[in-house]
Amino acid sequence: MLPHAEMVHWAFAAGILFVGLCLLSEAIVGPEVWRRRKWRAYLWPGVAFALGVLLWPVMAFFTNSAIHMYAHGAWAQVLMLAGGAELGLVHGRLRSPLWRLTWPLAFAVSGIAFIVHEQNAWTFARSAFLHHLLGWTFIVAAAIVLPLVWRPRSIVFRSGFALIVVAVSVMLFCDRDVAPVFGHLSPLAGVAHR
Amino acid sequence: METTFTRSNPAERTRRTTVRSKLISLIGPATIAGGVIWAILQPYRLTLLHPVGEGFWWLVFEPPLLVAVVGVVFIAVVARPLLADLEEADAASR
Repeated sequence: MLPHAEMVHWAFAAGILFVGLCLLSEAIVGPEVWRRRKWRAYLWPGVAFALGVLLWPVMAFFTNSAIHMYAHGAWAQVLMLAGGAELGLVHGRLRSPLWRLTWPLAFAVSGIAFIVHEQNAWTFARSAFLHHLLGWTFIVAAAIVLPLVWRPRSIVFRSGFALIVVAVSVMLFCDRDVAPVFGHLSPLAGVAHR
Repeated sequence: METTFTRSNPAERTRRTTVRSKLISLIGPATIAGGVIWAILQPYRLTLLHPVGEGFWWLVFEPPLLVAVVGVVFIAVVARPLLADLEEADAASR
């Protein structure tokens, strides 16, 4: 028997939170100290790539409509692309700073996928609200991480990147399969559970 | 005439390292505290406290516990070695 969709969201939230904390630490100590141990340089890009890989089984087993499947597939692809590009940059195999464009791209695609695949209004249910909120957060995030392509050492933009990732994990932790948002739950959404 | 100047003195560098060390030391405990506070506010989310009748997955995925576990893993895997490296880097630059 498969776990509920909300549980899968929480598991991903935990992974994303870990990536966010690593990004925050890197922003605080700077890349020189962060990369003093080789394995640590690969840590968060590796986890991000792994989360992208794990999104494929989620796409296969947890989506109940074509549009959900496309959205999860898009997230899997862009997360693998951005994580993989970051791994290549850390390893030195990729040298062009333009590879850092993969993060704004991943965020923009994720945001659009969230907004497009949510068919209901903001206050339909908590999941609908979170889809809209996550979508717009990702679109704003794409603009915030874009300057990192040209200013990869900027503590402001690096911290912004980290805090956005942490915020995304918090939103995913708030997800419930059927639950009210601000006391409102459409009767069409179903019966709320804990 | 030739003069030398310093961009930052050792005391300033040490102070900056101390602030960074404190911030890194705080991240893990703050995350664990987040999980604990969540568990206190919504104890029904911790199915371990009332496991009778709960399904397998409800016992595996307990969001406040997941948050606290992330904090613990971060302290063990990232924060401790990073703090050691930060001190090393500071000592090397003196």
